[in-house]
Amino acid sequence: MKNEFKIIVNLLPVQSRVLDVGCGDGTLIEALIKQKSIDARGIELEENKVKQCISKGLSVIQGNAETELAQFPDKAFDFVVLSQTLQAFYQPVNVLNELLRIGKKVIISIPNFGYWRVRTSLLFFGKMPVTRSLPDSWYNTPNLHMCSIKDFYQFCDEKKIKMNKIIGVNNEKTSSINRINLEMKNLLSEVGIFLIS
Amino acid sequence: MPSLAGFFFYMNYKIENIKQIIVTKPLKLDCGQTIKDFPIAYETYGKLNKEKNNAILIFHALSGDQFVSGTNPVTNKVGWWSTAVGPGKAVDTEKYFIICANVLGGCMGSFGPKNLNIEDNEPYGLKFPVITIRDMIRAQESLLEHFEIKKLLSVLGGSMGGMQLLQFCALYPDKTFSAVPIASTASHNAQQIALNELARQAIMADPLWNKGNYYKDKKIPKNGLAVARMAAHITYMSDKGLQERFGRKLQEKKDYEFTFDADFQIESYLRHQGNVFVDRFDANSYLYISRAMDYFDLSKQFKNGLVEAFQNHKTKFLIISFSSDWLYPTKNSKDIVIALNASGANVAFAEIKTDKGHDSFLVKELEFLETLKGFLDSNFEIFKNEK
Repeated sequence: MKNEFKIIVNLLPVQSRVLDVGCGDGTLIEALIKQKSIDARGIELEENKVKQCISKGLSVIQGNAETELAQFPDKAFDFVVLSQTLQAFYQPVNVLNELLRIGKKVIISIPNFGYWRVRTSLLFFGKMPVTRSLPDSWYNTPNLHMCSIKDFYQFCDEKKIKMNKIIGVNNEKTSSINRINLEMKNLLSEVGIFLIS
Repeated sequence: MPSLAGFFFYMNYKIENIKQIIVTKPLKLDCGQTIKDFPIAYETYGKLNKEKNNAILIFHALSGDQFVSGTNPVTNKVGWWSTAVGPGKAVDTEKYFIICANVLGGCMGSFGPKNLNIEDNEPYGLKFPVITIRDMIRAQESLLEHFEIKKLLSVLGGSMGGMQLLQFCALYPDKTFSAVPIASTASHNAQQIALNELARQAIMADPLWNKGNYYKDKKIPKNGLAVARMAAHITYMSDKGLQERFGRKLQEKKDYEFTFDADFQIESYLRHQGNVFVDRFDANSYLYISRAMDYFDLSKQFKNGLVEAFQNHKTKFLIISFSSDWLYPTKNSKDIVIALNASGANVAFAEIKTDKGHDSFLVKELEFLETLKGFLDSNFEIFKNEK
């Protein structure tokens, strides 16, 4: 399981109610159930991945988070998790508002466009970056709205979204991010994990 | 209680092939009448284990019966869900104990319109009370008592079977660990009612139907029932599926014959489907069961609608729909998912991409069968450990 998921598992309290949006093959949900006795559910767009989840006995519904989160009541979950998907939505702000509506708290991770490898790719090679957390080329990437940790930080600030915790992830290393070290962490983190409410 | 022999006077099958329980508890039907001491026919497959935690109850669809798998002893054809149920199949009879009952109002040994009415010693015909999906479920519940099963591993059902399943879960939330409604709906819509009405009118337009009174002379309304079945069959297949299978192919001839015989293969196919159906199905049963489907609207049974039907339920649901099913389209299934999610229930949902239409759950549709198997097997493990 990737480091990001381990961090998310650690962040979540036992026996809470969690929705994993864009849950893929259900790796995170399985870990949450096994390690934390969490009542974890998921929503996933791809039929094949939904099938894998169902075969593991996981409660995952096939659907598009962009349009189908409306079916969940307000505060239906203690936590809603969105792992590296926000940038792929047509209307990320709408999705974010929905996540904050259906979850008491939201965990969002973003592939950091401010990461130094991303910056150097464009600066020195003049090419769109292809890295471990951004593996696709410009022509087949699902990412429509890339942002950096700093961008998302400022966005939350402007929208008065409370940032309870921010964690920078670089390979196996993790570090806490705050207003003071933001510039540095924005350069050194591959992925940013935000716990917001 | 009428004599059992009397029950079978007009039956088209041998009594030794039918397993039955007699429901002695009075059952107050939705229409207001009360019935008691009536038979419910059933069949089982596999073995109930010692812990009694491997039982699965299957609900059949409009034209189905209790003979899910193996050879149907009445028709001598393979059971209607042999693609999914049997040794080593998705619903593995070497692992699970399968129960399926013939619905109330049916014609394969359960209490229905062709049974004898003790009051006049005549078959009920239209004197049989109009029944609902809820009546069917209340009538079948005695089977769980019969097998002393406290909690089923799962309930499965496609089409009308799915409606029964939802009704079962709403009535008895603690009696099943999981539930899989397939290509179904929580409420019959205008189009679905319209198609059933078409079938009923076809039956009733047959002069031999004789207001439901046709059992004595054995002149049954074959033509009407066959037309009803033909119309229904069209709705079970998709446009693309039909086109690929039949297209404009001619039936064992080189050119048009300029008559009204079956020139096209699709005509011949439908006529065949109609003809074989009348040998095994009672026209009045078709009227009663299709009526029960039309009356089905689960949301109406609860003040706060469908959401309330599943409030605080622990049952694990898997909802399955098929992309080319236009009779019970994905929208119907999604409405169930939405209600379950709104009530905080445990729900999984998959739409299977296929050209095989509503009938997808009855044919060899691998994606569907694998999903069903994965769900049952993984939930069996969870259910076993829960105890």
